[in-house]
Amino acid sequence: MTTPANLKYTKTHEWVKLEADGTVTIGITHHAQEMLGDLVFVETPAVGCKLKQGKECAVVESVKAAADVYAPLSGEVVAANAELADAPEKINADAYAAWMFKLKPDNPAELGGLLDAAAYQAIADAEKH
Amino acid sequence: MLIFELSRPGRRNASQAPLAVPGLSAIPEDCRRTSRPLLPEVSELDAVRHYTNLSRQNFSIDTQFYPLGSCTMKYNPRACNHLAMLPQFLARHPDAPADTGQGFLACLFELQEMLKNVTGMAGVSLAPMAGAQGEFAGVAMIRAYHTARGDSARTEMLVPNAAHGTNPASAVMCGYTAREIPTDREGSVDLAALKAAVGPRTAGLMLTNPSTLGVFERTILEIQQIVHDAGGLLYYDGANLNAILGRVKPGDMGFDVIHLNLHKTFSTPHGGGGPGAGPLGAATKLLRYMPLPVVAMDGDNYRLQDETDLPQSIGRLSAHLGNAGVLLRAYIYARLLGREGMQRVAEYATLNANYLMTELRKAGFEVAFPARRASHEFIVTLKDLKDKTGITAMDVAKRLLDKGFHAPTTYFPQLVPECLLIEPTETESKQTLDAFVRAMKEILEEARSQPELVKTAPHTTPVRRLDEVRAARELDLAWRGTDHAVGG
Amino acid sequence: MPFIPHTEDDVRAMLAAIGVKSIDDLFDEIPASLRGGALAMVPAGVSEMEITRLMHERAERDGRWLNFIGAGAYEHHIPAAVWQIATRGEYYSAYTPYQAEASQGTLQLLYEYQSMMTSLTAMDVTNASLYDGASALAEAVLMAVRVHKSSKRVLMPATVNPVYRKVVHTIVKDQHIEIIEAPYCTECGHVIPAALQKFTGQDFAALVVPQPNFFGVLEPVDELTARAKQNRMLTIAVVNPISLALLKPPGEWGEGGADIVVGEGQPLGVPLASGGPYFGFMACREQHVRQMPGRIVGRTVDVDGKPGYTLTLQAREQHIRRSKATSNICTNQGLMVTAATIYMALLGPDGLARVAQACHSNALKLAQQLIALPGIKRAFSGPVFHEFVLCLNAPVADVLQALKAQGILGGLALTRDYPELGDALLVCATETKRDDDLKRYADNMKRILGSRFRPAPCALKPAT
Repeated sequence: MTTPANLKYTKTHEWVKLEADGTVTIGITHHAQEMLGDLVFVETPAVGCKLKQGKECAVVESVKAAADVYAPLSGEVVAANAELADAPEKINADAYAAWMFKLKPDNPAELGGLLDAAAYQAIADAEKH
Repeated sequence: MLIFELSRPGRRNASQAPLAVPGLSAIPEDCRRTSRPLLPEVSELDAVRHYTNLSRQNFSIDTQFYPLGSCTMKYNPRACNHLAMLPQFLARHPDAPADTGQGFLACLFELQEMLKNVTGMAGVSLAPMAGAQGEFAGVAMIRAYHTARGDSARTEMLVPNAAHGTNPASAVMCGYTAREIPTDREGSVDLAALKAAVGPRTAGLMLTNPSTLGVFERTILEIQQIVHDAGGLLYYDGANLNAILGRVKPGDMGFDVIHLNLHKTFSTPHGGGGPGAGPLGAATKLLRYMPLPVVAMDGDNYRLQDETDLPQSIGRLSAHLGNAGVLLRAYIYARLLGREGMQRVAEYATLNANYLMTELRKAGFEVAFPARRASHEFIVTLKDLKDKTGITAMDVAKRLLDKGFHAPTTYFPQLVPECLLIEPTETESKQTLDAFVRAMKEILEEARSQPELVKTAPHTTPVRRLDEVRAARELDLAWRGTDHAVGG
Repeated sequence: MPFIPHTEDDVRAMLAAIGVKSIDDLFDEIPASLRGGALAMVPAGVSEMEITRLMHERAERDGRWLNFIGAGAYEHHIPAAVWQIATRGEYYSAYTPYQAEASQGTLQLLYEYQSMMTSLTAMDVTNASLYDGASALAEAVLMAVRVHKSSKRVLMPATVNPVYRKVVHTIVKDQHIEIIEAPYCTECGHVIPAALQKFTGQDFAALVVPQPNFFGVLEPVDELTARAKQNRMLTIAVVNPISLALLKPPGEWGEGGADIVVGEGQPLGVPLASGGPYFGFMACREQHVRQMPGRIVGRTVDVDGKPGYTLTLQAREQHIRRSKATSNICTNQGLMVTAATIYMALLGPDGLARVAQACHSNALKLAQQLIALPGIKRAFSGPVFHEFVLCLNAPVADVLQALKAQGILGGLALTRDYPELGDALLVCATETKRDDDLKRYADNMKRILGSRFRPAPCALKPAT
């Protein structure tokens, strides 16, 4: 699967999409779900929760592994994808469609510090070898 | 079939419960149970046959070679179980006065003395009920030591990244943050990284030696110097003590506090996952913080020390005396081995591991640290096999079950890709090891000639590969009288 | 050499294969200064015959006693089949069922255990055991704090086993969790729900509710559970599994039942054995299962669609989550759970109820006989299950000593943990006691109190 060019990325395998209303949508990358294997549990942050960039804010679990999801930006959680609680496999099926939560960023300029698709792809490729 | 499916309403074991039961009752109406618990209604024969047949679906030391790395699956002598279950030992209430348990306490006291000697520590507490509880208690003692000195800046516990998961988890339970120390190419603690990590925040280092990578930390004396110079203390995880029993003492290596796993080194049963026992040994400066109770000898009498004897103790870990019956089994084992026998444990465990490693290399397997001696265990990596054939360490492990061997530990330590951690123990013969090598060789051949056979193994076990993803997604954790999944 | 099968020929061949001259050479990576070390304190090895004789002598020295001590560990009849099967090598010498296909025996048994315990407690899920009842309560406190999220304080009545409270303190103190003691009524022997009013408005993660409590007395569990719920606290129940055959299970307490249930599993087929090994059990609501520590077994299917059992939800555990695990626990008490499962299967619902009823009846009978004696009164008015507290008009330690001289262990003195109760004695009678045992206890008590502690004969007559 190609890494969508319209998204921003983190070294810790989150993707970030800037929406028209200024909020951002966040999920984990295709490469991340591939490394974890079949997901069995997803915990999303509570709406209203204030997140700080780089801090743990969610968890994804497979049978043999668990990974923390880190907030790519600071901000307030405005929505969480409730569907994932019953169907974590949606992330395996399409990691870029199965978003985890939406943030209202405190400082939209932080978005500029994130990776673009090519830079992230290079990191993912390096991990595969 | 589940025991519940054998159940028939009204079937019972008349002789297992009291026959004539007086109907006296002082239980208020609103405290009484009105629903009937879903326990099976079966005959004694039904239950005996069911649980006997279930047992036959297990691999065990008594039935198979069980080279599960880091678990020391050696023979559990039957005498230890038989004698620990003498009726007087079983009947004694834990709160019965000490003078009704002098025989029992004598065994525990002597075990404490032997463990002190074997580990080179100043004192031993038998209180912890498992290795992980020993770790917790040991780290809590380290914390108590720093706290008593007013040294509250020490907030970090250093843990090598090869360590058992219990180490960082125990450190966190004691209020520390766990800081990982990397491993170098030869499988040793990275000394440069350790030097860079220690400082005024270092509470201590938790170390397993030999490490979980199956090699002895050759620089242990430098490691202990670095940690002690920084004001930290050294914790010894005794998971691999079998490798050095009677040859090297953790106390001589500079450790301040240690735990041993009696269910490993002292051959008490693993019981399908416990009970274990994780006695703790401490250097003189930590003795006052030891967990209670400790067995003491006053004149000719044995007794249990309490809070009045050790007011600075970190406290109690169990309601009574830890896993007392496990301690009795370890005592009997230690007496059967004696001084000479105990020294031979490490020698023959090491001989078996190095022989097996040599023979597996000859058979075409790649070992993770070829330049190193094996301790009592070693790691085979199947990364090359996976790259060439797609066959994983898990596939090989499952195929071994078909060949009548329990699998080695797989995917631990996580540092080595596609790894098998193999620990033969001293109680296995050369003939058994040779048979295991033949089986491994056959699997290697099958991997080339009929890879599907290996990838879909096991084929001969009561069930084949289980859907673990379904088990976690559609939780079914209890039977509720229908075949409808519950819990999910 | 004990338990080492190698012949001299084997050793020679193995050393040659490795390419070393001696076993000593295999230790050449260990710094020379560390090698050796004498084992002066370890005696020379003995034969099985010799250790058998020694252990029999020591066991006989400890003897057999007519025991009326309970206090968290209870003497029950254990059917012969329980330990004959549990000590089969296939259970005894297997390890944690990591290789599910080679461990279906242990795994299915654990699933059956979980099923029995969820039903007995009327909860949704249980784990495959913890170390013992006391450490299980400590784990429950940690779990309640994780679930509750906002508070790190837990309300713990003084009617909870004092040793359990000590163990909880040891295990949770370094995580800055505060345990606040809640008072009990010294007349009725249980917590008065209205007395918890003074804590209203404070933020607590949980209220601990023991049933029966340490005094053997039944707590008003419905009211306590409801009060906890109204104050946004979880309820942690601490229960005796045998009593659950007669008593309302925690899942049905108050408004919606307890949230976490723990207890000591020893009464279910595990011998007293000077304190262990026992096992702790833990049950909870399904929505909290991911915060539960310890192993959990789930039912699933294999590649052919055949039902099978496996460890599940392992991502909570230390071997995966490391420093972020729910607990550091690794082993549980598998063999004890094996015994407990066989015990519950042999007894069934009726057998367990008969055991519980026989315990209850014996305790009532003994209490009646004892409180009829001069110099003894019942400490508390509250109803009991199979244990009760007496107040003596003589030093309790002396009375216990005198009973012991007659081969009777008369109970546990409460003077150290509950000095406010004076010369108080906690006494237990289980189904193992016959009427003549009860009578022997009461007769001796009568004689001891009558003879040794009778007022001096020359005492002044009261003025009339």
